[in-house]
Amino acid sequence: MSWVWFHRFGSPPWVYGFARRWAPWFGGVAAIAMLVGLYGGLVLAPPDYQQKDAYRIVYVHAPSALLSLMIYTTMAIAAAVGLIWRIKVAHAAAAACAPIGAWFTVATLGTGMLWGKPMWGTYWAWDPRLTSELVLLFLYFGYMGLRAAIEDPQKADKASAVLAIVGVVNVPIIKYSVTWWNSLHQPPTRLIGEADMAGNMVWPLITMFGAFGLYFAAVFLVRLRAELLRRERNASWIREVLT
Amino acid sequence: MKSDEYTVAWLVARRDLRLAFRKPSQLIQPLMFFMIVATLFPLTLTPELSRLRDAAPGVLWVGALLSSLLALEFLFREDAQDGTLEQFALSGQSLTWMLFAKTCTHWLLTGVPLAISAPLAAGALGVPLSAMPALVAALLLGSFAMSLTGSISAGLTLGARRGGVLLSLLTLPLAVPILVFGANATQRAITGDDIAPPMYMLGAIAVLGATLAPLAAAAAVRIGLE
Repeated sequence: MSWVWFHRFGSPPWVYGFARRWAPWFGGVAAIAMLVGLYGGLVLAPPDYQQKDAYRIVYVHAPSALLSLMIYTTMAIAAAVGLIWRIKVAHAAAAACAPIGAWFTVATLGTGMLWGKPMWGTYWAWDPRLTSELVLLFLYFGYMGLRAAIEDPQKADKASAVLAIVGVVNVPIIKYSVTWWNSLHQPPTRLIGEADMAGNMVWPLITMFGAFGLYFAAVFLVRLRAELLRRERNASWIREVLT
Repeated sequence: MKSDEYTVAWLVARRDLRLAFRKPSQLIQPLMFFMIVATLFPLTLTPELSRLRDAAPGVLWVGALLSSLLALEFLFREDAQDGTLEQFALSGQSLTWMLFAKTCTHWLLTGVPLAISAPLAAGALGVPLSAMPALVAALLLGSFAMSLTGSISAGLTLGARRGGVLLSLLTLPLAVPILVFGANATQRAITGDDIAPPMYMLGAIAVLGATLAPLAAAAAVRIGLE
């Protein structure tokens, strides 16, 4: 088997077509999974013995938090691929990731604050995990700010790629902050094996993780298409695709 | 001909030192800024020394970070404008070592004076004399790490139109660990606790910065010069 199929991912027209074909499928499956997960989480799952119904925000909070970190990692990997092998599509992919990741970070902080008020008695605590998630938001802002401030698109791609790679040090800090420091935030919940959660609470959560991941894939492909259109606006394949 | 890295680094450092002493006002500005920031807190917070002492670690470290951000503006900008950096990049010598030398010199000229004069501001904020050696040591390590992380963002913003605010936005998230451990070391020194744990962390960050930051800074500067 040859590796030629892999090289197609470096070709803007092919990736454009791929994104156009697959985005609706990812979006559709994400919508169904989200409905199922929300029904399971908000209706079928029993209330928690301590937190009553307030814990149900976890069905939005935990997937957003996971994605906020995962998207940053994806962005940094795409940026590194673009920087090392000089692949235009990879830079476009990194650029498409940033705003989505920033919004998931905002969603994580927002849902966390809504939950924190009844549970901790405060919207915000200067706790390692909360603070490092906020720092992640600033990293996204810095990445987008640097991209916007450099006029030459290729220079902007490369400079922001270096920043994304340098910023990766923050990802393990957030991931393990609750284990390393005495944090107000609870430690990670085990979902499989010796689970800390009842089964009828777990499956909606896992469904929501999947749904959020697929939703990200769908939005990412749409943004990637827009990014490719903008970058390749003078290329001849655009005219063929659009007519 | 490629000369050995240490000679190149030494030559760059000597050039930067000589240039800096010909324009001493640029050296004094960040220091003045630090002192002004430290003075503003007793005026706005409370003149009571016992309460100021609680705020002192934060005030000193935020002041040090802000003044190091102010000084970062001078790190590469002038050399980029007059084409010196371009000559460095084209010289065939190791750009990483040259930038490392520049960053170290920059630290010698801004971080070290700040650390040495910090006891003056700290004393005014009610920090006891016994905490001063630890404060100076922590600031020496911390400002070195700040200069190194700052060299990456200073290199990245070379190609940007408006450097100022962007430079802070890029540097602050990366400088958070330095700030946390530095302020923690100062806090422990004031209360008389063991300062070793945060100092080890600061040292580790400084070593990590010294090994990796010049590489990233060189990559950033090359991109900016393209």
